Amino acid sequence: MIRFDNVHKRYSDGTHAVDGLDFEVEEGTTTVLVGPSGCGKTTTMKLVNRLEEPTDGTVYYDGTDVEALEATELRRRIGYVIQDIGLFDHMTVGENVATVPELKGWDADRTDERVDELLDLMGLPPGEYRERHPSDLSGGQRQRVGVARALAAGPDVMLMDEPFGALDPITREELQDEFIDIQREIDTTILFVTHDINEALKMGDRIAIMRDGKLVQYDTPTALLDEPKTKFVEEFVGPDRTLKRLRVLRVEEVMRPEVPDEYADIVDAFQGNDAVVADGGEIVPVAPTDSAQVALSRCIQAGVEALPVVEDSTVVGVVTESAIRNRQSEGA
Amino acid sequence: MTGVFGLLAATWAYLLANSDRFLELFREHLMLVFVSEAMAVAVAIPLGILATRNDRVKRVVETVGNVAQTVPTLAIIALMFPLLGLGFLPALVGLFVYALLPVLTNTIVGLENVDGGTVEAARGMGMSDWTILRKIRLPLALPVIFAGIRTSTVLNVGTAYLAFFIGGGGLGVWVIGGIQLFNTPQLIAGAVSGALLAVTLDGLLALAERRLGGEAGTGHAATS
Repeated sequence: MIRFDNVHKRYSDGTHAVDGLDFEVEEGTTTVLVGPSGCGKTTTMKLVNRLEEPTDGTVYYDGTDVEALEATELRRRIGYVIQDIGLFDHMTVGENVATVPELKGWDADRTDERVDELLDLMGLPPGEYRERHPSDLSGGQRQRVGVARALAAGPDVMLMDEPFGALDPITREELQDEFIDIQREIDTTILFVTHDINEALKMGDRIAIMRDGKLVQYDTPTALLDEPKTKFVEEFVGPDRTLKRLRVLRVEEVMRPEVPDEYADIVDAFQGNDAVVADGGEIVPVAPTDSAQVALSRCIQAGVEALPVVEDSTVVGVVTESAIRNRQSEGA
Repeated sequence: MTGVFGLLAATWAYLLANSDRFLELFREHLMLVFVSEAMAVAVAIPLGILATRNDRVKRVVETVGNVAQTVPTLAIIALMFPLLGLGFLPALVGLFVYALLPVLTNTIVGLENVDGGTVEAARGMGMSDWTILRKIRLPLALPVIFAGIRTSTVLNVGTAYLAFFIGGGGLGVWVIGGIQLFNTPQLIAGAVSGALLAVTLDGLLALAERRLGGEAGTGHAATS
C-alpha cells in the first residue's frame, strides 16, 4: 500500500533525518514506526502525505509515486491524527469531523449522516456532542474527535503520529483498546508512530524499529521479541521480553480445542455458570482474543492449572499454564 | 461643591444654548474617528496577513511601525499640514496613520499565535494555504485582531481632538477654543462628551469582542 524505495531526507542544516529507507507497509495492516526521539519516524510518516518531500528516492502510494499526485488531493485520501490533536476550536465537534467530507464536496445530508455515524463509533453520542465546542471536552474526548475527523471520508490509509501520547495512562489504555476494536471494523491500512515500545507491541501487526534515520528491524511483534537482530533492538525492547511476549501472545495461539480428561472437571463445573469457585478462588474463563498474560494471571489467582476458553457463551477449548510456559521457553 | 454644581449647570446651559453647534462638532468628530478607523482596518488587516506570509514585508512593517510609535501624536497630525494642507482630509489621513499600528500589530500577533498543531492538522487534511487562512487562521485570530481595533478606536477618539490644529473640526474646536478663551463651560462640554463617547465605544466593542471570543472558544481555551 505504501512503499519506501531508497528514501532519503536531508535538511539544509545537514541533518540526515531519513537515511536510505526501504520497506513496505502492507495493505490492511497496522504498521508501527518506533524508535527514540530524533530517529526520523515522524519525518518518515510525513513523507507519505507530502508534509515532507524526500531529497532522494521515491515513496509510492498504492503503486503511484506520491510526487505525481496533487498534495491536497492525496491528503484528503489519507486520515491524519497527531499528538497535538489540532482540533479547530472555533468550530463545533460536528464541523470538525465534517472537514474532509466538505473539502471533498460531499452533499450536506451524506456528511451529516457520516458525522453522526462516526461520533457514535467513537462513543460520543451525536445528540450530546455534535454541537459542542472542542474546548468543552476532556483530553480523551478531544482525541476521540480527532480520530473521528481523520476517519470521516473513509480513508484508505491512516497516519497516526503519537495519537495517544498526550493522554493520561488510563485514558491512553482505554483509547488504545477501543482503537484496536475500531481497526478490526474499518480494516484500513494504518501507519502509526510512537516512541513507546509497549504501545508498538500492543497496536502493531508489524513493527519497524528505527534509529538515526535507518530501519533497524522490521518484523511482527512476536518475531521482534523472539529474535531481536541487534543489541540496540534488544535494549530498546527491554530486559522483560518474556513478560512482553505474554502480552503479545493470544490465548487462541496456545489453547487446545479438545478438552483433555484431566481438565474435564474444570470445564464441566463451568458449563452453565459464569464463574466457578475453586480451592484458591474464583475461576474466570478467558476469551480467545485475550492475552496469555491475562490467562496466566487468572490461573495463578484461582490456583488452577487450566482455564476454559469461552467464545459466545460456549466452551471452545482449554488453555493450560504449562502450554503457555512451553511456548515461552521455545521463544527464549 | 457649589462650585462644581455651578459649573455643571453652566455647562448644561451652554450645551442647550449651542446644541446645533454641538451636534455639528460631535458629528465631525464621529466622522473623523469612524472613517479613519475604517480605513486603518481596511489597510492593516491585509497588510498584517501579507506580513505573516513574507518575512521581508514583516521586517519593513515592524520597523516602520516601531518608528511611528515614537513620533508624538500631535507631530503626526502636524506633519499632515505641509503634506496635505488644512482641513478635514489631512486630519483624516493623520488619524488613519495613527490608528493603523494597533490593528496591524494585533493582526500579525493574532495570526502568528494560532496553534501550530491546528495548522498542521488542517494542512494534513488537505486544506490549501488559502483555505487555511480563511477557515482556520483568520477566525482563530479574530478576537485578537478585534482587540486591536478596540484599542485603536478608543485612542482615536482622543487623538481626533487634535484635528482642530489643522482645521479638521470635531470636539477639539470647543476644548482648545475653550482653553484659549477661558470659556470653561464650553471646554467641559467638549471634553466630557468626548470622554463619554470613548467609554461608550469601548464598552460596545468589548461586548462584541466577548461574543467573538465565545464563538472562537478562546475564552475556554485559555483555561484548558
